[in-house]
Amino acid sequence: MTRRILVGIKRVVDYNVRIRVRPDGTGVITDGVKLSINPFDEIALEEALRIKERGAADEVVVTTVGSADCQQQLRTALAMGADRALLVQADRTIEPLVAARALLKLVERELPMLVLLGKQAIDDDNSQTGQMLAALWNRPQATFASRLELLDGKARVTREIDAGLETLEVDLPAVVTADLRLNEPRYVKLPDIMKAKKKPLETLTLSSLSLDERQRLKLVKFEPPAQRQKGIRVKDTAELVDALRRKGLV
Amino acid sequence: MSVQVLIVAEHDGANLNPSTAKSITCARAIPGSEITVAVFAADATAIASQAAQLAGVSRVLKVEKPANERALAEVLAPQVVAVAGPYSHVFGPSTTFGKDLMPRVAALLDTAQISDIMAVESPTRFRRPIYAGNAIVTVEVDGDSKIVGTVRTASFEAAPKTGSATIESAALDVELPNRTRFVSVSAAKTNRPDLQTAARVVSGGRALGSANGFEILYSLADKFGAAVGASRAAVDAGYAPNELQVGQTGKIIAPELYIAIGISGAIQHLTGIKDARTIVAINKDAEAPIFEVADIGLVGDLFQIVPQLEELLAGGSAAR
Repeated sequence: MTRRILVGIKRVVDYNVRIRVRPDGTGVITDGVKLSINPFDEIALEEALRIKERGAADEVVVTTVGSADCQQQLRTALAMGADRALLVQADRTIEPLVAARALLKLVERELPMLVLLGKQAIDDDNSQTGQMLAALWNRPQATFASRLELLDGKARVTREIDAGLETLEVDLPAVVTADLRLNEPRYVKLPDIMKAKKKPLETLTLSSLSLDERQRLKLVKFEPPAQRQKGIRVKDTAELVDALRRKGLV
Repeated sequence: MSVQVLIVAEHDGANLNPSTAKSITCARAIPGSEITVAVFAADATAIASQAAQLAGVSRVLKVEKPANERALAEVLAPQVVAVAGPYSHVFGPSTTFGKDLMPRVAALLDTAQISDIMAVESPTRFRRPIYAGNAIVTVEVDGDSKIVGTVRTASFEAAPKTGSATIESAALDVELPNRTRFVSVSAAKTNRPDLQTAARVVSGGRALGSANGFEILYSLADKFGAAVGASRAAVDAGYAPNELQVGQTGKIIAPELYIAIGISGAIQHLTGIKDARTIVAINKDAEAPIFEVADIGLVGDLFQIVPQLEELLAGGSAAR
């Protein structure tokens, strides 16, 4: 097994941007808004870098499937410390299943011992790609990781599940998806940004990977969510209790 | 013609999780649906009989194997695929159980997944939230492949216990991998109602200041039988355990009453509570975004208000 970690990232609308649906319902407004590495993917990358820094991996390769503009986010990932980057260029938005197929092709080429991704992208909130890759690759998965420990040929992963914290042991290679509390990603320093410009960034096209690119889902229309009715303000605790009583809630 | 729907039951080895009854209600919204619930367990007897009582279920399928003692996606997915043959739709709940398992199932079935279904428009058309609930997208499935979905449980009521489905056993001849092994689970033992199904939730944010500060919430919650929740900030700060987190990356809940105490109301938090019937916000910052969604807002010091509230709810004298 190699001592390589492959990290999948996605370029998304920054989490601080207030999302607005286009008036014609064809999507959300993304013109002129800030785009960033999906926060969960940034955590996945940080974890890969820490594994390498403590000597448990030799190389961190970062990849994304998306437009040519994604080079920006890959450069940021290189500045954080990834060794090299692979851009699978696609000229349209792709579904998680197609992303997983593309990642599988890269896995077959790079033979990583571990693939790290965020547990979900904060744009489509699908939470699918890691699990789908694990299925297509026929390898174990550990999703929603808040702790990751590499042992001899195995990983011990603590997962944030609804009931609490679950610990699994998976044989490597495996796919692990990062939850929020796995780590806190580092800030990129200016000299690292300069250094990152010299690191290798290879571009492939999705079509060159010759995989099934069929999209199965049609996004028919986008709408803003229903708004809640404006509420009331009460002036003290007694008024609050009165208001709750009137609603029959206490 | 009927639409055959398979629902993968969520359980803890002894009892059916309420997320299953909610997934059934979603499946019932598909015109002409005929519903089978599959229970993968080491011993499925009790769980299967609970599932058989849920209205709208025509058949419960038990798949009993020692390897199914724990819900491991790598072990369960090939079994779901092995029983999925006759069904056009395969659904699971959008809980950490379903989110972990169902995409693996979808990929093995060579199909896409629709995550977090909040409404059914037709057998092939569904609505789901994106961008932390700041947009709703209508999705149409193209072609005739199976439809795999996870159900946003906060959008559906639980199916009532008025059914009497038949229970069958399926012996699957599937080779199961042993590359994923359960080690342990740590969950706080609590007598409080379950956060995901509670009618009332008292939830706290970073303003509580410490794990100790959170104690006043537990006390208030116990006074009127509420579950306790927390914002991401409070969990990150170590004031509350992760399983209490409410929001985009925590639990999405729909209680009758949600009392947000010292929670500013980041959009990621609001997406977890927007289906609550009544939202009460208590915060010292009058400009906090939580007040934009609150039905009843009270600006003030939570450390004064919460004990007053507890006293008044207990029927004590007004603590003005």
